[in-house]
Amino acid sequence: MRKAVTTVSDKQPLIEVKNLKEYFNISTGMFRSKPLKAVDGVSFSINKGETLGLVGESGCGKTTVGRTLLHLYKPTGGEIWYNGKRIKSKSDIKEFRKKATMVFQDPYSSLNPRMTVSDIIGEPLDVHKLTKTKKEREERILELMGYVGLNSEHAARYAHEFSGGQRQRIGIARSLAVNPDFIVCDEPVSALDVSIQAQVINMFDELQEKLGLTYLFIAHDLLVVRHISDRIAVMYLGKMVELAPAAEIYDHPLHPYSKSLLSAVPVPDPKVARANKRIVLTGDIPSPLNAPSGCPFRTRCQYACEKCAESMPPFEEVSTGHFVACHRLAEIN
Amino acid sequence: MALLEVKNLQTSFFTDAGEVKAVNDVSFTLDRGKVLGIVGESGSGKSVTAYSIMQILAGTGKIIGGSVKLDGQELVGAGEKVMKTVRGNRISIIFQDPMTSLNPTYTIGRQLMEAIMLHTDRNKKQAYDRAVEMLRLVNINEPEKRMKQYPFEHSGGMRQRVMIAMALACEPDILIADEPTTALDVTIQAQILELMGSLQRELGMAIIMITHDLGVVAQMCDEVIVMYAGSICEQGTADEIFYNPKHEYTKGLMRSIPTADTAGSKLHPITGTPIDLLNMPKGCPFAPRCDNAMKICINHRAERMQINDDHAAACWMNVKEGVEKGEIVLDEEGGDDRE
Repeated sequence: MRKAVTTVSDKQPLIEVKNLKEYFNISTGMFRSKPLKAVDGVSFSINKGETLGLVGESGCGKTTVGRTLLHLYKPTGGEIWYNGKRIKSKSDIKEFRKKATMVFQDPYSSLNPRMTVSDIIGEPLDVHKLTKTKKEREERILELMGYVGLNSEHAARYAHEFSGGQRQRIGIARSLAVNPDFIVCDEPVSALDVSIQAQVINMFDELQEKLGLTYLFIAHDLLVVRHISDRIAVMYLGKMVELAPAAEIYDHPLHPYSKSLLSAVPVPDPKVARANKRIVLTGDIPSPLNAPSGCPFRTRCQYACEKCAESMPPFEEVSTGHFVACHRLAEIN
Repeated sequence: MALLEVKNLQTSFFTDAGEVKAVNDVSFTLDRGKVLGIVGESGSGKSVTAYSIMQILAGTGKIIGGSVKLDGQELVGAGEKVMKTVRGNRISIIFQDPMTSLNPTYTIGRQLMEAIMLHTDRNKKQAYDRAVEMLRLVNINEPEKRMKQYPFEHSGGMRQRVMIAMALACEPDILIADEPTTALDVTIQAQILELMGSLQRELGMAIIMITHDLGVVAQMCDEVIVMYAGSICEQGTADEIFYNPKHEYTKGLMRSIPTADTAGSKLHPITGTPIDLLNMPKGCPFAPRCDNAMKICINHRAERMQINDDHAAACWMNVKEGVEKGEIVLDEEGGDDRE
C-alpha cells in the first residue's frame, strides 16, 4: 500500500484516505456484470483548517471520492481515517457524520420542496438529537441562518421562493447544523451566476475562518479552485495524477494531463488569451468501463511510451509536497 | 453595409403573471468575419436576443418592436416564408446542450443529410458526400462509420462537433453559438473553441457567441456586448471592455472573477440578487445592486453614451466623472437632477 500523503509534518491531518477504491457493478448483459472503477486506489490527507481542491473532468471520479469519503457509498477497498481513528463500523460512521457533512452541487434538487427553510436546516439537528428543547432548536436554526446571511423572516418560507445563490446558502446552513469539522463541497458554485458565485466563495472563506472548518472542495472550474484551495489534487479516470500546493501546481504543473488541463482554462484577459499557448488534447476521455491498461492518460498523452501501457506509474513525491504519477516525468520536464 | 443590423429590438413574453420584457431596446451591428460576444447572467436576455434574430421564440414570446436587417433585408415582419430561407442558409444556430439537440432515434448521417437536402438542391448522393466532408471538417475520425451511428454513441464533445457540422453545412454568413461549450469539460471546450476559431477564419463567417464565461469571450471575440436585465449596458471592442470597462455592472463582473492574484484574499462580489423582470425598477436596472448608485440612477435610466469610437456604455457614472474632470458641463436642469 502506498503511503498516505502528508505535507508539513507539524500539521495534523484531519482526514486521511489510504488507497481508496470504489467499484460499481455495471450490468453488461444477462447474468453478467463488469466493475466500473470509479475510484481506483486514491490516497491523500487533509490537514486541519486546510482546503484541498479536487479537480478533473466529468467521469474522473472526483464526486465519487467525496461521497465515498462520507460513506454515502460503501468503499470497495481502502481506509478512511478521521482524527487518527479509522472509520469502519456502523457506529463509527454515525459519529463521523456528525463531524463531516456535504454541500451539494444543485441547489434546486438538493432541498426538499415541501419543507420550510427552518425544517430543512433543523433536520440534521433532529436526526442526531442535538437540541433538547424546541426553543433551543429554534435558536440554533436562527444562529445557523445568521452564519450564511439569511434573515429570520426567511425561516418559514419554502425553497422555491429563493434564488439559486440563496438556496445554496440554505444548503450550507444545513451542512453546518451538526457543527462539523469537515465539509465536502461538491461543485457548490458551478450552478450559480458569476456575480453570485463570488458571494458564496467569500462565504466559504469566512466560515472557514470563523468555525475552523476543513474543506474538500470539488470543482471543475479551475479559477475558482485556485482561489479557494491550499493544495490541489488532479484526477483522471479514477486515479490521482498530481497533488501539490495550489500556486505550485498552477505555476509548475508536471503531469502532462495537468499541463493541458491548466492551459485549456479560458483566461478572462484578451491579451493573455491571445498569447496563450494551449495544449489541446486530441480525443475524448475513455470510458471508465474500458480504462486503458497502465497509465489511464496514455491514450491521449503525446509522450506515451511502451512502459506507460504496461504499468501504472507510482504516485511519488518529487519535491516537498508535490506528488506526481508519471513514468516520463524526467524526459518531459 | 453591415451584414447584420439590429435596431431597437424589443421582445416580450406574455405570461400569466404579466409582460416580461426580456429584450429591451437592443441595437448592434455585425460585420462579415467578425466574432461578437454577448455576455450576461441568466435572465439577462442574451439568448432571447439570438432567438429573436432567428425568430424561433417560444409561443408566449413576441417581437414587439425594432428591426433586424440582414444585408439590408428587413426580417421582422417578413413572414415565415422568408425566415425559412434565412434559417440554416444564411444564419445558423447551435445550442448549449448537445445531448438534447440531436434526435436520438435517427442516425447522425440521416440528420445531417436531412439538413443539407432541406436547404440546398443536392440529391441524396451529393448530400451524403457533403455530410462526410463536413464531419471531416470538424475533425471527426472515420466519418463514414460515424454517419451510421446514433447520437448516444457519441460523447458530448463529438455531438457538439456534429451540431457545428450541421450548422455549417450550408455555409451560413452568420453562426449563432448559444453557450456552445458550457456543457463540456475544459479540455473538450478548448478543442471546440479552437475548431470554431479556425473554421471562422477559413470560411470567413461571422459568429455571435453567447456566453456567461468572460474567459471564452476574451479568447474568441473581437467585439463584446454586456447585457443586464434585457438591456445592453455596455458594448465595445474586447480590449475596451476588458481593460477599460465603463459600466458599473461590467466593472463588478470583472472584479468578481477569481484570478491568480486573488488567491488567499477576498473576492469583490456584486451584492444582492439578479433582478425580477416582472418588477423592473424605474431607473437603471442595475441600480439596486450598484455600490455607486446615485439619486439619478434610481429615477432615470441612463441613455447609451459614446465613450470613444469603439466603446459605448449606459451608466451615469461616466457623466459624473466627466463633470468632475471638467470635460462635461451640465446645464441648470441636469445639475438639479443630480442633487
